[in-house]
Amino acid sequence: MKPRTKRIALIAGGLASLGIAATFVLKALDSNIALYITPSEVVAGKAPQGNAFRVGGLVKPGSIQRQDMATHFIVTDTVKEIPVTYTGILPDLFREGKGAIVQGRMGADGTFVASEVLAKHDENYMPPEAKHAIEQAQKAQQKGMSQ
Amino acid sequence: MNLIQWFRFASPQSFYPLAGRMIPWFWTLAALFGIAGLWVAFFVAPTDAQQGEGYRIIFVHVPASWMSMFIYMVMAFWAGLGLALGTRLSGMMAQALAPTGALMAALSLWTGALWGKPMWGTWWVWDARLTSELILFFLYIGFIALQSAIDDPRRADKAGAILALVGVVNIPIIYFSVKWWNTLHQGSTINLTRAPSMAQTMLLGMLLMALAFWMYSIAVALTRARAIMLERERHTEWVKHAVD
Repeated sequence: MKPRTKRIALIAGGLASLGIAATFVLKALDSNIALYITPSEVVAGKAPQGNAFRVGGLVKPGSIQRQDMATHFIVTDTVKEIPVTYTGILPDLFREGKGAIVQGRMGADGTFVASEVLAKHDENYMPPEAKHAIEQAQKAQQKGMSQ
Repeated sequence: MNLIQWFRFASPQSFYPLAGRMIPWFWTLAALFGIAGLWVAFFVAPTDAQQGEGYRIIFVHVPASWMSMFIYMVMAFWAGLGLALGTRLSGMMAQALAPTGALMAALSLWTGALWGKPMWGTWWVWDARLTSELILFFLYIGFIALQSAIDDPRRADKAGAILALVGVVNIPIIYFSVKWWNTLHQGSTINLTRAPSMAQTMLLGMLLMALAFWMYSIAVALTRARAIMLERERHTEWVKHAVD
C-alpha cells in the first residue's frame, strides 16, 4: 500500500471509531443531557427525590392565578399535570398555552415550588396579523366541529 | 484534464495572486448583501407576534451560528487534506479559517445570551445546544492555541489537524441537539424536510444576512491566508517577487 493511501485509511478509520465511541457515550449520557423532565416522568417517579430538578411542558390555558407576588399555574404535557407556585418576575414569553421550564423542588402537598421559571420559545416566527388569522381559522374550525 | 488546472492553484505561489484578485469581489458582495439584508431586517420584516422587536437578533444570531458550524467543517476538511496528502496550502487555509470561525461562534453565543435574557428569562442555561456551541468555540480557541504553540509549521499543522478532525464529532451534536434531547433552545425553524415556519420577509432577511456572512468570511479568510503564505514562505524566491 502506498504511504498516502495508508494515511488516508488511518484517518478514515480513526474518525469512524471516534464517531462510534461518541455515539455510545452520548447514548449512555442520554438522560443526563436532558435539561428537564416531563410531567409524565415526574408522576412515574423519575424525579430525583429530595433534590432540585427541572420540569418542562406547556402552561395549561386558564390555569394562571396571581396572589400578591406569587403565581400559581399548571405545567402539563397534555397527559399529566403538575401544579406549580412561583414567587418572582416571569419572563416576557411566559404565556398560557406556551412552553415553560420550571426549576425547583416538589413540595409535600404535591405542588412544585419553583425557584426559577424559564419560557421556552417555539420555532415559529410570524407577524401579529398572521397569528390573528390562524386563531380565527382555529376558532371557526372548533365551531364547525361542535355543531 | 481539469484536475491539472486545479492542482496548479494548490501551490501558494499561484494561489497568492489569484486570492488577491478575488478578495475585492467578495468584499463588494459582502457589502451589498449586508446592506440589503439589514434593510430587510430592520425596515421590511414584520414584528413578531410573540417576541415583538426582540426577535430581530436572529438576523445576526442564525447566520453566525450557521457559519460557526460550516467554517469548522471547511477547516477540518483542509486540515484533513493536509494530513493525508501533505500539501502546503491546506494547512495554511485551515489556519486562516480558525479565527473567523471562533468569531462566529462567539457572536452566536453572545447574541443568543442577549436574546435569552428577555425571552427565556436567563442569559445562559447548560442545555445541550448551548453547551455544544460553547465547546465549538473552545475547539476553535484550542486549535489556534495549539498551532501557535508549535514553531515548526509542518508539525503545527499536523497537531492542529488531529484536533480539528476529532472536533468534527461535535458538529452533528450541535445540529441535532434540539432533536435528540429536551433543550431550552427551540427546534430549527429552517430545515430540509419541510417548509420554514417563518414569515417570508423574515426568511428573506435572514438568507441575505447569511449570504453577507458567507462573503465576509471568504474575504477575510483569503486575506489572512495571503498573509500566512508570505510569512511561511518568506525565504522563497516567489515571495521576494510578490513583495516587490
